[in-house]
Amino acid sequence: MLAETNSYTDTVATLPETRVVTLTINGAERQLTIAPWTTLLDALREYLDLTGTKKGCDHGQCGACTVLVDGKRINSCLTLAVMKEGAEITTIEGLAEGNEMHPVQKAFIEHDAFQCGYCTPGQICSAVGLMNEGRVRTTADIRELMSGNICRCGAYPHIVDAINDIMQVPKKA
Amino acid sequence: MVEQSSHNRSKFIAGGTNLIDLMKENVERPEHLVDINHLPLSAIVDNEAGGLRLGALVSNADTAYHEQVEKRYPLLSQTILAGASPQLRNMATNGGNLFQRTRCYYFYDNATPCNKREPGSGCGAINGYNRIHAILGTSNQCIATNPSDMCVALVALDATVQVSGPNGDRSIPIADFHRLPGDEPQYDNTVQPDELVTAIDLPAKGFSEYHTYLKLRDRASYAFALVSVAAALELDGNTVTDVRVALGGVAHKPWRKPEAEALLIGKAATKENYELVAEKLLEGAVGFGHNTFKIELAKRAIVRALGIAAKQEPTE
Repeated sequence: MLAETNSYTDTVATLPETRVVTLTINGAERQLTIAPWTTLLDALREYLDLTGTKKGCDHGQCGACTVLVDGKRINSCLTLAVMKEGAEITTIEGLAEGNEMHPVQKAFIEHDAFQCGYCTPGQICSAVGLMNEGRVRTTADIRELMSGNICRCGAYPHIVDAINDIMQVPKKA
Repeated sequence: MVEQSSHNRSKFIAGGTNLIDLMKENVERPEHLVDINHLPLSAIVDNEAGGLRLGALVSNADTAYHEQVEKRYPLLSQTILAGASPQLRNMATNGGNLFQRTRCYYFYDNATPCNKREPGSGCGAINGYNRIHAILGTSNQCIATNPSDMCVALVALDATVQVSGPNGDRSIPIADFHRLPGDEPQYDNTVQPDELVTAIDLPAKGFSEYHTYLKLRDRASYAFALVSVAAALELDGNTVTDVRVALGGVAHKPWRKPEAEALLIGKAATKENYELVAEKLLEGAVGFGHNTFKIELAKRAIVRALGIAAKQEPTE
């Protein structure tokens, strides 16, 4: 708090200390020089030009920033880039293999699982994380376990269809 | 053991899901963050008391899905999975969940008075919009609630928190971990700034057969509780031999009263007897205008939760 300093000049900002951080993203090592408070989301979008991952709320409430870290889905807006050194980070840009779309990406297209597309990278990364977790048995499980990704366009029914299809979840009779 | 400044200028960071959020809002303003993720606190192992020791750095997701937790403490598993989102549960740690701060709108908004954020500045909620606020254990300085689901189950299960600091190690019974606001709402818990939670110990009794976590909220998922109930029973035929009831969303800490539970022990597992527990547990409850509905809602939720735990009623 300001009350703890002696004079105004004590609070004048000096140049923020930056760090050199090496992140492993989509299989490649990328080095960046960033302030330590830079979130992983901002590091991806602002410093690495990986703008596929979206900033929806910046507070962990929408899931648009979902990426995979060591195969687990997380909200990149709520972690710091410096804390992810040494981890394998996968973004939406890293799912396809060359020109071959990831099966989840194909399913989203086949099932018309997006409208404006803003939540879509987060939905797809989250779905990949969901598959890695191996906890889905029913369609209701898909809905519950995808509840961290919201869609203002309301594409939920087709998102669930796409994931249902790709995970071959038996449809209820 | 990492030495750090004992002042709030340094804070530990593990998952960061609450701390970074609060930093973005300028509610928490540490000068340094100490990343503790590489400390060896990531195991779930049996403890000497026949229970289970949950490492502080195990993620909430890994804890909820751990084979021993699912088998021996399914109430804890179900409760953790009722909270947050899969992404957040992958990031959040057991230790961090204990420290998560209230989601009171006034606490979060620097432009409004909040005795928790700035002691002496007033409370915007008491005469303001207080729908999500406490009905039990309040003071005239603060009516904030503890938002954790996991902590409600830990209180029901009578867990113990292991803490380490410059003055040594100590054990804090979960009932004594979180505080009531009183005259010092700025303190959420009884841990010192230079102490680190290393583990949470679950006792041997896990109530693995009769249990439920009933969470009532505005959305079907991914929302905090308005009122929640962790209920667990031991039954001998239709007689209750042990019972735990803890409430979330109603106070500055999970709300549990052994005197309320005692009313059911040795009695028949019936709705009428559950209602006695509910009345006793909500004794002293006070509404603030926008949250008065919680009093009746909590009573009915307790009765319903006990019915579900006793397998007399279907789960949702």
